[in-house]
Order: sequence, then structure tokens, then C-alpha cells
Amino acid sequence: MSAHFLTVEALKKVYPADGGQANPPVFEDIHFHIDKGEFVCIIGHSGCGKTTILNVLAGLEEASGGNVIMDGREVIGPSLDRGVVFQSHALMPWMTVLGNVAFAVKSKWPDWGKDKVTAHCTEYLEMVGLGHAIHKKPAELSGGMKQRVGIARAFAIQPKMLLLDEPFGALDALTRGTIQDELLKIVQATHQTVFMITHDVDEAILLADKIVLMSNGPHAKIAEIVEVTMPRSRTRAGIHHDPQYYKIRNHLVDFLVNRSKTYAGAEAEMFHDAKNPPVVQPGLEAERAPVVSLPAEKPAPQLKQVVNQ
Amino acid sequence: MIKAQTLKAAFISFMLFAVFLGAWQLATLPKDSTTLAAADAEYAALMGKGAEKTDGFPPPAKVGRAFVEYLSDPFYDKGPNDKGIGIQMAHSLARVGLGFLLAVIVALPLGFLIGMSPLLFQAFNPFIQVLKPISPLAWMPLALYSLKDSSISGIFVIFICSIWPMLINTAFGVAAVRRDWINVARTLEVNPLRKAFLVILPAAAPTILTGMRISMGIAWLVIVAAEMLVGGTGIGYFVWNEWNNLALPNVIFAVVMIGVVGMGLDMIFGALQKLVTYRE
Ligand SMILES: Nc1ncnc2c1ncn2[C@@H]1O[C@H](COP(=O)(O)OP(=O)(O)OP(=O)(O)O)[C@@H](O)[C@H]1O
Ligand SMILES: [Mg+2]
Repeated sequence: MSAHFLTVEALKKVYPADGGQANPPVFEDIHFHIDKGEFVCIIGHSGCGKTTILNVLAGLEEASGGNVIMDGREVIGPSLDRGVVFQSHALMPWMTVLGNVAFAVKSKWPDWGKDKVTAHCTEYLEMVGLGHAIHKKPAELSGGMKQRVGIARAFAIQPKMLLLDEPFGALDALTRGTIQDELLKIVQATHQTVFMITHDVDEAILLADKIVLMSNGPHAKIAEIVEVTMPRSRTRAGIHHDPQYYKIRNHLVDFLVNRSKTYAGAEAEMFHDAKNPPVVQPGLEAERAPVVSLPAEKPAPQLKQVVNQ
Repeated sequence: MIKAQTLKAAFISFMLFAVFLGAWQLATLPKDSTTLAAADAEYAALMGKGAEKTDGFPPPAKVGRAFVEYLSDPFYDKGPNDKGIGIQMAHSLARVGLGFLLAVIVALPLGFLIGMSPLLFQAFNPFIQVLKPISPLAWMPLALYSLKDSSISGIFVIFICSIWPMLINTAFGVAAVRRDWINVARTLEVNPLRKAFLVILPAAAPTILTGMRISMGIAWLVIVAAEMLVGGTGIGYFVWNEWNNLALPNVIFAVVMIGVVGMGLDMIFGALQKLVTYRE
């Protein structure tokens, strides 16, 4: 088997239809992998199945086909090894901020004493800048603060992998920026393995090592995998000065606007191998280079023409 | 602002009460009408007892005297037909409390079960729908026959009338717990017992308590009727007994007491409800 930390093979999801005829699969033939310490973002149009993939990785939902292997074991249900940050923060409103994190910590380490749990939770809440608010109820917090509690809760159980479903989607641009900085700092310090859904191209470039691009559903597939080749020591303020930044950004936007719908149908299958989606490094390409290229060992000269039709 | 309004409202309430008392006093002024007096006299003769109980609807002062009399010594006990209002209330409250408690013990776990499983929900639903609209007093003969004890039958009637709102609200509350919270518990591999008590119960608590509050309201309505029916002790029996004595001031006193205690019960559940309600 592969040596990757997480391997997704031939994943497929079909939702049962209400009526007589069967639904088309939301996605199928999804293959990708994540290495330890990698930060992977997934981008695709609304409804292509990103949340579904994340839920399958989390073990909250069952795939209709294929499998997910993490750390040598198949994912068959939810596990404390995978921390999830939900899009809607999902804090329990009847518990305090500390209570919410402590609930998670006590679930992971049931035999810890009260003081140890509190100290551990406080440490993680301070990490996301909420040391002053630990005794507040979620209703007393702003949207950004709630999301940070959700992040602290996920980090506090020290999962092997973190799954984030558009964690900043509901936040205003300013708050979003601050929390992105915080997440960036924490991830750089902890080398946490992360899988994150986002709709924000800039967010993906700032945070990710690898950006997985999904084509539109139904029958969604992994279209390509973009490697963010900029140095890891990025900051939100400095990233715009890197010449790679705009190349990557243009590549992503071009995909979302022009190419994401061209991966369905028999014609696409001729040039696109879903098992080995092309890995591209637009940041390292020469100025105005062809938009798509394949890894050297798998040349496909006609690809560009087909895709651009 | 709000304080001023409270003050105004209190003033208006007071005026309403004063007007009510005035109207009552006017309506119960001694009448010259001979026909009424004649009928009353005849009735008095028929009853063969003191005329003081038969001089028409009691005026406020007389009812007031009943209030003072009963409230000054609420716990006396002079035999089965003459007990203080406190003792009678205690009997009623004990029945309601016991029946209600039994209903909680059955309704909460069952409601949890039904709420968690759509299959069971569907399976139980027809029974609940048929049993719910039955007047609890309709169970009385069956209860008396099978339980052979009037006091226990009263408790059973309270049980059967309090169970439905609680059962239904618990089931709905549990079924409606946000998916996200359940998913959080699942990703944390929380064991079923912890999940039930730390996630589902607090999440559904406001709905469950609403059900309990409704149940308690119904139970308090029903206990009066039930005690009138089975007799013996309790506030319902007290009302019936005083009616048989034609002691209307006492009946009015008891009616007001029923209202006050009912309000108290409702306020307790209101406070509990507030305690478990969370803001999102
Ligand atoms: N429980 C469900 N039953 C039936 N169909 C579903 C269910 N959940 C999702 N779907 C369908 O699956 C598809 C993918 O949904 P999913 O939520 O994964 O999309 P997404 O990529 O996360 O979208 P968004 O970016 O808007 O969050 C959608 O077309 C949706 O209609
Ligand atoms: Mg989604």
C-alpha cells in the first residue's frame, strides 16, 4: 500500500432518490492523498460534494463506494483521531466556552482530573486568543469568537488530522483575516495535518500546501491538484508581493470560471485520468504559460486544446 | 420606563379588583323581593337547618370572613369532613405530585426512545394519538375497578393525564436536537449515556419542560374533578363537601385557593423552564 498518511481511493457517493429513478452519484472516482503535516484545501463549486467528502473523511457519513485509509486503517466511523470544525461552529449553547472545550477534552482523556482538563483547555483557548472569555456562553460571543472556540475545541483533542468545513465562511473579511493569521500561526507551530474546504481562493493560497480542485457535480471528480510552491513562511500581509501568488490565483480562478464544468462526459475521460489527477505548479511556470500541464512522466500534449473548448 | 409601566399596571389591577368587589357588593345587597325570599325560606325549611346559609349569594365581607377563618388555622383536623385548607391542599398536591412523578418516570425515557428512533416514533404514534384526547376522568371507572382504591385511582388519573404532553414534547425535543451537536458528540466518540445526559437532554430540555408545564397545568385542572368524584380528602372534595353544606363562602374561598396554588405551580415550572433555556 501507499505510504501516505491519508489515502482516498475511488470514493463515490450516491444519495438515495426520493422518487423511483436513482440519483446520479454526487461524485465518483475520487482519488487523492494527504501526507503527514500537509495542509490541503479543497475548492469547487457549490454542490459538487465537498462537504460530503469531508463528512466521509470524518466518518460521519458512509461512502457508496471506495474507501478512506488513514494511518494504515480504514475509516469506518467517527473517531477522536480526526477533529472536525463545523461550518456552523456547532458549539453547545448551554455550556460555557470552557465547558465546550472541556467536553471534548474529557471525551478524549476520561481519566484526567478537573484541574488538568481546565489547564489544558485554557491553554488552547489562549492559543486562539480567547483567554479572557472562557467563562462566557457562546451566545455572548461574536461569530468570529465562536468559530475560534470551535477551532480550539478541535485542536485541544490533539487529533491526528483536522477537518475544517468552510470554517470562516460566515465571517466578515476583517475577522476572517485575523483568524486566518491565527490558524496559520498554529498550524506552522504544530505541523498539524489539515483538510479544509473553502470557497475563498486567497484563503486557500495563504494556508495550503496543496489545493484540490473539484469539477462540478453530479459525477464530480478531482480535476487537478495545485501545489502551492511559495515558501511556507507566508503571511497575509506579505503574500501579495510574491510573484507566484498571482500565477496561482489566476490559475485557480480560471479553473473555477472556465474549466470546472468540462470534466463530465465521455469526451473528458479520454484526457483526464481520475486515478491520477494532474499535479500542477502554476506558481513556478513561466509568465503566460499554458494553464494546464501534467507531471513530466505523464505528458499529454493535446490536453490543453480539449480542455479549453 | 418599565418600572413606571409596572406601577401603572398594578394600579389598574387594583382598580379592576375594587370595581369587581363593588359590583359584587351591589349585586348581593339584601333584596326586598318577596318571591325570592319566599323561595329561600321554603328551601330553608326544606333543609331544616340554620337560615344563615340560605340568604342568597354571599357578599364579599362574608367571603372575606371565610378567608380569614381558614387561613388563620390551615392545618386543623377535626375528623374526615372537617380539615383545614392546608391539609386538603396537601392531599391534592401529594396526589398530583405522585401522579406527575410517575408520569415523568415513564414519559422521559419513553420519549427519549421514541425521539431517537423514527421507527419507534411511527410505531407508537397511533396509540398516542388515540389515547391523548381521552378525558382523564373517563379512565376513572376502569381505575377504580382494577386498582380498587379511590386514592390510588386519583393518582392514576393524574398520571394518565400528565403523561401525554410530556411524552410528545420529549419525543419532539429529542428528535429535533441539532444534527451538528449530535455530530460533535459522534466525532468525539462520546458514549451513549454521556451523549444522552450531556448533549441531548440539555438540548431538548426547554421543549421537555414546556411539556411538563402543560402537564402540570392539566393535572391541577383534573385533580379537582377527580377528587370531587372519588371523595375522601383533597381540595376537590373540600369544594364538593362545602357545596353540599351550602357554604358558598367556603366554596368561593376554595376556588380562589385552587387558582392561587395553580398559579404557584405554573410559576415554579416557568422558573425551571427559564433555568434550562439557552440562548443561541
Ligand atoms: N442528505 C442528502 N440527501 C440527498 N442529497 C444530498 C444530501 N446531502 C447533500 N446532498 C446533495 O449532494 C450534493 C453535494 O452536497 P455537498 O453539501 O457535499 O456540497 P458542497 O460541495 O459542500 O456544497 P457547498 O459548497 O454549497 O457547501 C448536493 O447536490 C446536494 O444536493
Ligand atoms: Mg458544503
